[in-house]
Amino acid sequence: MIPFEYRRAEDTDSAVAAVEEAPRAVFLAGGTNLVDHLKLGITAPEELVDVTALPLDTIESTPDGGLRIGATVRNSDLAASPPVRERYRALSLALLSGASAQLRNRATTGGNLLQRTRCPYFQEVTTPCNKRSPGTGCSALHGHNKNHAVLGASDSCVATHPSDMAVAMAALDGTVHVRSSRDERTIPVTELHRLPGEQPHRDTVLERGELITAVDLPPLPEGTYTAYRKVRERASYAFALVSVAAVLRVANGVIDDVRLAFGGLAHKPWRAGTAEERLRGAIPEEATFREAAEAELSVARPLADNAFKIPLARNTLGAVLRDLTTEVLR
Amino acid sequence: MTQDVGSGAVGSPVERLDGQAKVTGNAPYAFEQLTEGAVYLHPLRAPVARGRVTEMDTSAAEAVGGVRAILLAGQVEQLDTRDRELAVLQSREVAFRGQYVGAVLATTPENARHAASLVRVSCAASPPDVALEGDRADLYAPEVVNPRFGTDTEQGDTDSAFEEAAYFIDRTYRTPMEHNNPMEPHATVAHWDGGELSLYDSTQGAHSVRATLAPLFGLPTDRVRVQAPHVGGGFGSKGLPHANVVLAALAARSVPGTPVKFAVTRQQIFTVAGHRTPTIQRIRLGATRSGELTAITHDVVEHTSRIKEFAEQTAVPTRNMYRAANRRTTHRLAALDVPVPSWMRAPGECPGMFALESAVDEMARECGQDPVEFRIRNEPSEDPETGLPFSSHNLATCLRRGAEGFGWYDRNAPARSSPDAAGWIPGVGVAASTYPVFRSPGSRALVLAEGSGRYRVSIGAVDIGTGARTALTQIAADALGTEVSAIDLRIADTALPYANVAGGSSGTTCWGTAIHEAAGKLRAEHGSAPLPGASAEGETTSNPESGRFAMHAYGAQFAEVRVHADTGEVRVPRMLGVFAVGRVINPRTARSQFLGGMTMGLSMALHEEAVLDHELGHVVNQDLAEYHIATNADVGAIEITWLDEQDPHVNPMGSKGIGEIGIVGTAAAVANAVQHATGVRVRQLPITPDKLIS
Repeated sequence: MIPFEYRRAEDTDSAVAAVEEAPRAVFLAGGTNLVDHLKLGITAPEELVDVTALPLDTIESTPDGGLRIGATVRNSDLAASPPVRERYRALSLALLSGASAQLRNRATTGGNLLQRTRCPYFQEVTTPCNKRSPGTGCSALHGHNKNHAVLGASDSCVATHPSDMAVAMAALDGTVHVRSSRDERTIPVTELHRLPGEQPHRDTVLERGELITAVDLPPLPEGTYTAYRKVRERASYAFALVSVAAVLRVANGVIDDVRLAFGGLAHKPWRAGTAEERLRGAIPEEATFREAAEAELSVARPLADNAFKIPLARNTLGAVLRDLTTEVLR
Repeated sequence: MTQDVGSGAVGSPVERLDGQAKVTGNAPYAFEQLTEGAVYLHPLRAPVARGRVTEMDTSAAEAVGGVRAILLAGQVEQLDTRDRELAVLQSREVAFRGQYVGAVLATTPENARHAASLVRVSCAASPPDVALEGDRADLYAPEVVNPRFGTDTEQGDTDSAFEEAAYFIDRTYRTPMEHNNPMEPHATVAHWDGGELSLYDSTQGAHSVRATLAPLFGLPTDRVRVQAPHVGGGFGSKGLPHANVVLAALAARSVPGTPVKFAVTRQQIFTVAGHRTPTIQRIRLGATRSGELTAITHDVVEHTSRIKEFAEQTAVPTRNMYRAANRRTTHRLAALDVPVPSWMRAPGECPGMFALESAVDEMARECGQDPVEFRIRNEPSEDPETGLPFSSHNLATCLRRGAEGFGWYDRNAPARSSPDAAGWIPGVGVAASTYPVFRSPGSRALVLAEGSGRYRVSIGAVDIGTGARTALTQIAADALGTEVSAIDLRIADTALPYANVAGGSSGTTCWGTAIHEAAGKLRAEHGSAPLPGASAEGETTSNPESGRFAMHAYGAQFAEVRVHADTGEVRVPRMLGVFAVGRVINPRTARSQFLGGMTMGLSMALHEEAVLDHELGHVVNQDLAEYHIATNADVGAIEITWLDEQDPHVNPMGSKGIGEIGIVGTAAAVANAVQHATGVRVRQLPITPDKLIS
C-alpha cells in the first residue's frame, strides 16, 4: 500500500500546526470521503491528522438565541439534536436525506462541508479531470453529465457539490469558523465554496492548514418556517438531482422573510438571491413562486444531459414554497 | 413419468439448511479459502477502449515491497483457446476499456493494488465506437441467438395484416446496458500444485469452470478441481467463467505451490463480468375491431463485443406469448468496442417482455379494452410458433386471480388522476411474465445408503443463494421416502458427479431429475431399506416429452405507482405477482426467488442504467453509488402467490424453474402504471424523473 503517517490530534493548535508543517498532510475527520479517495487513488497524502478527538463535538445555544455546531459533531447526532429539530428543521431534514445511516454516524459537520464532488470522472483516475489533475481537461463537459451543474459552471469544470447539509446551512445564513496557526476567521457558508472558474481544483476559499472548528446558525425570528426537499433518482442513498432549502416567514399576508438555496445545481450550494428578491414583500402564491424561480434560473446553462434540472428546480422550489405557505397559514 | 415415493418433504417450507451458517459468518465463500501463504492479484487494465498496448513500464512497481510476480500481455504462456474473452493476456490488442493487460501478485492486496497503480501502460489508441443506434450501417444477423434459438422467424404476411388492421401501433422501446451486480463480487483462489490446478471460485457452475479451463491450460479435466462451497449470487454473471478466472489461474501458474487470490472489485465488475446488452426494440401490432391481434412484429437491435459474440434472445418470448396469424421476429447486432455481454437474469425474456408487455398495454388502450381482458382474449391455444400443445398454460388464471387480489377492477379511469395533498398521482399497471422450461441432459447424481436410514446424495451442483441445497435435499428425501434430516447432500465440487450450470432456471430440473433417477434406481435395486454401501447413480436425459409439448411458466404482475406531479419521482408502494410454475418444491425459498426477481425488475424499471462514455468508452457510473439499484426504501409491499399447477410433462417433480420469471414483466407493469397515473408513456428505461418532468 501507499504508506502514510497517522496522528491523532489532541488539541486544535497542534492539529493545525501538524498540517501546516507537513506539505502533504491532511485533516481526517469521519473519513467517509477521504478514505474512498485513498482507495481510488484520487489523493495520496503522506500524513493524516485525525481531528475527531478534538473538543469540537458539542452543539450549544449562543447568547443571541442561535446555535453553535462543533465541527466534529456527527451528522446523525446533529440531525437528532432537539434544538436542530425544533428550530432548524431544514437542517435536520437535509442531514437525514444524505448518504446512509452508517455514513451519517461517521460523517462530521466540518467534513460534510468539505466533501468533494461525486462527479464520476473525478472519481476515475484514468480519465481527464481538471479538478483532480489540473490542466487535463473536463471529461464531463461533453461526456455523461446528467448529474452536473447548470448554474455557475465553467468549461473547466461542471461538477456539483454533493452536500445536503451545506445547502440547508446556506439558506439558514450559517457562518463557518476557521482556525489556522496565525488567526481565526469567519466565513459565511455561502462564501465557503467557490465556483470552479479556471481553478476547479480549489473547492473552497480555505487556505492550507485552515481547520473548520464550528458553524454558527443565527436565530430565526418567531413565525419562521423552514423546509428541505431533495429530489433524487431513488428513495434513499442517492445524491440530489435538485434539492431546495427554504426559510419562510409571512406577515400580514405578504412574504416578510425568505431565504432559498439549491443543491445539485452548482459547484456550491446555490443561494437563490434573485428569487428571494422577487418574493420579498410579495403575496405567497403559486404564480409568484414560479416566476421567482424562473428569474433565478434564467442564468442556467444546461449541458447535453441535464436540461431537465431547470424545470425540475423550478417545480421543486414552487412545491416547497407552496407546502411551507400552507404550513404558515395553518 | 415416475412418481415420488413421497414423504411430504417436497412442498414444505423447509428453512434454508445453510441459513444459520451464512448469517453467523460460518459459511466460507471462495475468497475466504486457502489463506495460508497466499498471494494477492491486482489486475492491470487497458486505459483506452480501442488500440494496442505499446509499452508497459514496471520498474516502479517492481520496487514495491512484497511483489512476487508481474504478468504482462503478450509475455505469458500460450493458452489454447479461440475464445477471445478468455484468451487473457495473449495479445496486446485492446478491445474495450478496462480489459486485462497484466497483473501484479503481491503478498498483501494493498501492495498488489499499489504496485499495479505504478505500472505505466502506454497505448496506441484510436477513438472507440460504443454507441448503439438502430440505424447503424454495420448491423448484422447473428447465426443464432442465446442459447440456440433461430435469429429470425416469420409466419404469414405481416405487411398486409397491418394494412388491414382496424388498430395498428408502431412503437420503439429501449432498455439500457445493465450489470448483474451480485452481492458477492467475483472471486477466485487458484492453486497450481504438481501440474494440477485447483480453484475455489464464486461460480454458478463448478463443472462448467472446469470444462472451460482444463483445455485452455492443456490439461485433462481430471487434473482440474473446482469448488464453490457458497456463492453470494450471480444472476448469470457467474454462469460462464470470465476473464478474471482465467487470469487467476494463469497467474497462479507463475507461482506454483502458492495460492493466488483474486477478488474482482465492484468497479471491475462493470467491465469483466458480463452485462446485459442495451436493446432497441421496434414492435408493431395489428388488431381487429374486437381487439384480436392479427399481426405481431418484434425487431431487435442490440450490441455485442468485437471479440466475442453474445446475441441476447430478446424477441424470443414474442414468438409464443400471444396468438396472431401473422408474425415476425428479428435480431440484429452491432459489434462495438464494449466489454463482452453475457447472461443477466432472464436474458431475452426480461428486456423483450418489457417491450412486448408495454406494447400490449398500448394496444389494449388503443382498442379501448381492459389490459387484463385484452391479454386473455389473445391467449394462444397452442404454441403459435410450433403448433405444439402447451404442457400447461395458466396465464389467464394468473391474470384473473391477480386482478381480484390486487383490486384491479376498482382502479380509476385511465390517466391523470389528480394528485393528493402531497403531490402524488396514483396509477396501476399489469403485465404478464413468462419463462421457458429448459432442461439440459447430462447431470448425474450418486445416492449412497449410509445405514440407519441415512443417505449421502452427491451432485456437483452449486447453490448460488437460491436455496438449491435445501430444495435438492427435499427432492432426495421425497424420492427416498425419508426425512430431510436423513439426507447428507454433497454439492459444489467437481470431485462430485457432473452437474449443469445453475442457469436458465433449470437447476432444480436438471439436478433434481438426476437425484430422482438415482433414488428410484437405488430403491428398485436395493429395496426401501438398502444395506450400508449400496449405491446407485442417476442421470438426467433430454426430456422425452419436449418434442410433444411447448413448456413455459407464466405469471401476472400488478404494480401500484405514485408519480409526483412536480418532480416526476416515481414510487411503487405495492406489487403483486401471481405465478404458474408447476409444483413448488419449497414455498419459503421460492417466495424469496420471486421476491428477489420482482425487486430486481422494479430496480430495472426505475433505476438501473449503465452509461458508456462515447469518447472514453468506459462505464461512467461504475459503482453502486452511481449505478442505482433499488434500496429498501424503494421497495414497497410485494405480495407473492402461485397457483397449484400440475404439469406431469416437465420433469419427475412437476416443477418449472422459478429463478428468473420474477424479473420478467415487472418493468412493463411499472411503466404501464406510470402511464395510467400520468398519461405519459415512457418507452425508454429506466423511468427516472427527467423523463416525466415538464
